[in-house]
Amino acid sequence: RDACAEPHQLSKGETIHTLKTESETLKAKLEEERAKLHDVELHQVAEKIEALGQFVMKTRRTLKGHGNKVLCMDWCRDKRRIVSSSQDGKVIVWDAYTTNKEHAVTMPCTWVMACAYAPSGCAVACGGLDNKCSVYPLSLDKNENLAAKKKSVAMHTNYLSSCSFTNSDMQILTSSGDGTCALWDVESGQLLQSFHGHSADVLSLNLAPSETGNTFVSGGCDKKANVWDMRSGQNVQSFETHESDINCVKYYPSGDAFATGSDDATCRLYDLRADREVAIYSKESIIFGASSVDFSLSGRLLFAGYNDYTINVWDVLKGTRVAILFGHENRVSTVRVSPDGTAFCSGSWDSTLRIWA
Amino acid sequence: MSSKMQSSNNIAQARRTVQQLRVEANLERIKVSKASADLMHYCSEHAKYDPLLMGIPASENPFKDKKPCTIL
Repeated sequence: RDACAEPHQLSKGETIHTLKTESETLKAKLEEERAKLHDVELHQVAEKIEALGQFVMKTRRTLKGHGNKVLCMDWCRDKRRIVSSSQDGKVIVWDAYTTNKEHAVTMPCTWVMACAYAPSGCAVACGGLDNKCSVYPLSLDKNENLAAKKKSVAMHTNYLSSCSFTNSDMQILTSSGDGTCALWDVESGQLLQSFHGHSADVLSLNLAPSETGNTFVSGGCDKKANVWDMRSGQNVQSFETHESDINCVKYYPSGDAFATGSDDATCRLYDLRADREVAIYSKESIIFGASSVDFSLSGRLLFAGYNDYTINVWDVLKGTRVAILFGHENRVSTVRVSPDGTAFCSGSWDSTLRIWA
Repeated sequence: MSSKMQSSNNIAQARRTVQQLRVEANLERIKVSKASADLMHYCSEHAKYDPLLMGIPASENPFKDKKPCTIL
């Protein structure tokens, strides 16, 4: 597509060789600029603050009902409802206080890898191997057939890996195995903007906290985390320090940084204004991939779910692990802190979800 | 694909890479010491509002079970 839009003739003096040379020069310049500002490590600056005490976090609720691996979950803004999706195609809405199931729908595909709650609390979005993102309005009538009101919004050319409503029920952002992210109008299903730049499957995306403007971050199998301008579609910053797939990306609550979880068994923190990685959360004993990460409300704690069935809790500033949580009987696939920060929820291949506090 | 189209695609790809790198090279950056200080400042300002960090009593957390009262 782009090859046809641009002139095939080279500008005067420009050859594929000069372009490659300029590319190498720019990359070296970027590294040099980033290195100049690398005057200290975050954990060194954080030495002067008090260490965190012992953490006691326990499973307070276990949500049982999925017949198969839980792949994704999201909290409703009311801080008590949860939507979750699984390998067998089921999408369930729960009241996490009581553990009651409020709605259930069976998707026409398996591996529903993505689900999200609408800001209004009145709908959920989900998708996976069907390459689509569909929106289901939630009615008050629990007997209503949810599938009947389904609206197909997004169409990708490979699996849907992640989806998120923007600040309203009107737009959805998606990421896909086709290597792109896209912004869609829910009502019309129209594609509003597409985001090209990853060279392999995009596995995760996260919107910047609303105060910080219209950007989002994505991570994928090309080991890159990319920051995008939602309006222009421009890739504004790119980070490539992980040694394997990035499974999850999540903004720090101030919007000035974001964390990642990767198959290289590390989680990392990237500061957007310093334009570099500023922390790495790892231990020699942790050898399995991190599938999902989320911050506590203040940003001091990072909860990370791993393929070794555990959840590690990290001190974001000091870079140390402050707790390790056992309970799941298979890979932890998703971790999210509740909107008011009173608890976090984990979903696992053991087919359960757990609420921790 | 003809070799002419192949080389056109390579040129287009190389141009895109150079344009992308130019955008990234022009970014204004701050020192890690300043960025770290700001991250720490945010944490400390918001710490008292972070229930998972501070721990809140069972009576205030809808997920923690309240202990039954005993009559002395």
